[in-house]
Amino acid sequence: MASRPLPQPTPETQHFWDGARCGELRLQRCQDCLTTYFPPRPFCPECSSRNVTLFKASGRGTLESYVINHRPHPAWTEPYAIALVRLEEGPRLMSNIVDCPQTPEALILDMPLEVVWHRQNDQITLPLFKPTVRPAVGPVASPAANRGAP
Amino acid sequence: MTGVAIVGAAETTRLGVIPDMSELQLHADAALNAMADAGINARGIDGFATAGFRPTEVAQYLGLKPRWVDGTAVGGCSFMVHVRHAVAAILAGHCETVLITHGESGKSRVGKSGFAPAPASFAGQFEAPYGVVGPPTMFTVPVLRYMKDYGLTHEQLAMVAVVQRQWAHRNPRAFMRDLITVDDVFNSRIIAWPFHLLECCLVTDGGGALILTAADRARDFPKKPVHILGTGESSETPIISQMESLTSSRAFRVAGGDAMREAGISHTDVDHLMIYDAFAHLPIYGLEDLGFCKKGEAGAFIVEGNTAPGGRLPTNTNGGGLSYMHSGMYGMYALQESVRQIRGEAAAQVANVEVALCLGVGGMFGASGCVVLATEPAT
Repeated sequence: MASRPLPQPTPETQHFWDGARCGELRLQRCQDCLTTYFPPRPFCPECSSRNVTLFKASGRGTLESYVINHRPHPAWTEPYAIALVRLEEGPRLMSNIVDCPQTPEALILDMPLEVVWHRQNDQITLPLFKPTVRPAVGPVASPAANRGAP
Repeated sequence: MTGVAIVGAAETTRLGVIPDMSELQLHADAALNAMADAGINARGIDGFATAGFRPTEVAQYLGLKPRWVDGTAVGGCSFMVHVRHAVAAILAGHCETVLITHGESGKSRVGKSGFAPAPASFAGQFEAPYGVVGPPTMFTVPVLRYMKDYGLTHEQLAMVAVVQRQWAHRNPRAFMRDLITVDDVFNSRIIAWPFHLLECCLVTDGGGALILTAADRARDFPKKPVHILGTGESSETPIISQMESLTSSRAFRVAGGDAMREAGISHTDVDHLMIYDAFAHLPIYGLEDLGFCKKGEAGAFIVEGNTAPGGRLPTNTNGGGLSYMHSGMYGMYALQESVRQIRGEAAAQVANVEVALCLGVGGMFGASGCVVLATEPAT
């Protein structure tokens, strides 16, 4: 199976990927307006200040939305979920949910998640997420069979 | 009030599957048809805008000698944005007659380049590693959040496709014309749950072109002018994960609000509506972000038949990207249908269309352009 398409860090995002390599989810916060933001850049997208700092985020978040992809991808066995994770600190990022069935019954919106690190090579480690509390597997008030649950 | 009108409009001679024509020639085929519609040739055009190709490539291919060029490329709504920029250029005296072209070999992919994101872009760094496979896996991601927050049901989402097929059924040029039911939608294969095949746009070949000039010159052209009353544009995000809210498009609100304000119209003035429908949730977001429905009410509004044939707000009357055609950058076809409805020459013509609003999306909720058209100039 082919590898995932991997990111190519830029000078402005290198700190994020350096953090990922050593198991830290790094975010940036504006020291002037206190906005926490993502993706990385050396200035605040809210107030344009260059007075920003890095900090280590908690790695906790919730499942804000997702789709379960059925289209073929060379690096995956479908179906698999492509998820949006709302971090405890505010920003949202795309990721995958691991250690969890890739089904609507198991992937429950707003369930708590925590980051897990998946090393890809010497340079790149990706932040993926797993359920903090394993969700009950079984019928949940979501898609009926005739809606074609995957 | 803009003082600029559309005096030429046409699509490619054929739509659908066109393997015998390159993407560049699709631009030209549409442009030649629009020139014929306006009764002019390349010598009558001094301004040019396009997206997909650099304008230099298409302008030279068409034999244009432009003194004004716009290559704004913000996805499928680029053509709405071109209309807005052309209005400003014509009013500023930078040029007199603008041609806007689109051509895309979306299905046959003849002479088409790929669009994998650069690994160093935000898309390459922060979305591609998680298994996205084109728009069906990105544009769709917000909808579960909308469904939970506002109670939109799977049935209501499916009804967007069902209602638009009712329009396509009346349109001989539509790619998919057979009437469908909610069960047909649920029984079509899953693309990216909760989206089924019939809730995703078509992938077809085609093109379209528009010709604009000052309203006071429009009488020199053979067709009754389609007056541009107002326009709006905005951009929001290069990647879906950074959309400000998963349940509303800021770009829609800015572009739509500006276009309606400039046009001096209220919602009750709008006789005909186009909302770019790459996927079934787009008309729902569009109806709410434009203010035709309150937040969370657009799903029921569509199910009640308001946007369907005979409804009080006929919407996506060509069948939309879900049933008429979708080459990749569909905005040009939405504009063409708005023009046809104002001219009274649409396949599924709505009676007495005096004001038509056309809302486009670019990228995956990445940008927006909006154009308000009318039979009469603003007073």
